Amino acid sequence: MNRPKRAFEDFSENLEIPLGPYAVERDEMIAFASEFDPQPFHLDEASGSANELVGRLTASGWHTCSMLMRMMADAFILDSTSQGSPGVDFINWRAPVCAGDVLTGTARVLSRRISVKRPTLGIAKMGVTLENQAGVTVLDGEYTLLLLTREGVAA
Amino acid sequence: MSFWDTFVIGEEIALGSHTFTAEEIIRFAEKYDPQIFHLDPDAAAKSVLGGLCASGWHTASVCMRLNVETRYARLREWIEAGNPMPKVGPSPGFRNMGWQKPVYAGDTISFSQTVTDKRPSARRAGWGVLSFSTSGRNQHGTEVFSFDGVAFQGLD
Repeated sequence: MNRPKRAFEDFSENLEIPLGPYAVERDEMIAFASEFDPQPFHLDEASGSANELVGRLTASGWHTCSMLMRMMADAFILDSTSQGSPGVDFINWRAPVCAGDVLTGTARVLSRRISVKRPTLGIAKMGVTLENQAGVTVLDGEYTLLLLTREGVAA
Repeated sequence: MSFWDTFVIGEEIALGSHTFTAEEIIRFAEKYDPQIFHLDPDAAAKSVLGGLCASGWHTASVCMRLNVETRYARLREWIEAGNPMPKVGPSPGFRNMGWQKPVYAGDTISFSQTVTDKRPSARRAGWGVLSFSTSGRNQHGTEVFSFDGVAFQGLD
């Protein structure tokens, strides 16, 4: 493909990029939890139901973040001049994510600037939200994305 | 004394360490973060990150694994001493996550946690909120990962 990737210049303020859908499968939830977050309420229905704050089998919040990452990779990061991320300002896990949920969401450019130290590197502050098929927000947050400018790509 | 009472502000808790292999870095990336510097050692060597390195979410997830093992070992010890099982809750989120340096294939990251605050939940009777800062350092002692987390813990 010769089409140029989306560079920092293409990420204008308030640009909204749709994310998903991502179908949350029980087997994947349990595989993730078994490897990374083996708390009982992420592993089986009975333990989830028994926990008064959780109430049912739920996905690990880290799994939800990982699914968000995949949705962002597919929606725009893989087709961009992304140089990775230095970190995340915050993530709120607002509601449980359960087997059978279908997640969609939005990534929005909240603000953007050029690096003072590296004029071919752009810094975009991204706001992200995910909701389930019932329209309930399950996650929101803000993080920083680094992107090369067009000049940076040509260099 | 309750399990809640055993957490002391300022207490530092070692979570253990993990060596990130190329195989597991690539396996996580194929599923959740297929950027070239997490997938392809040759392309990664030419990228801004300079070598095959773990997705930041992989680092965070491995840290969670060690955190859960440490927390549940502490719980088992508490119960084996003849105490009742306390309530353990989920987390509402986190702040200030930093991926300060890449975690390269072969790196061994040691994670630790410091209790920064504890208070009864204003909205959920019988529950408290534990705040902690978590950090990961590589085999050279360089900080590569950090965040501020919170978790619900029963007051019982």
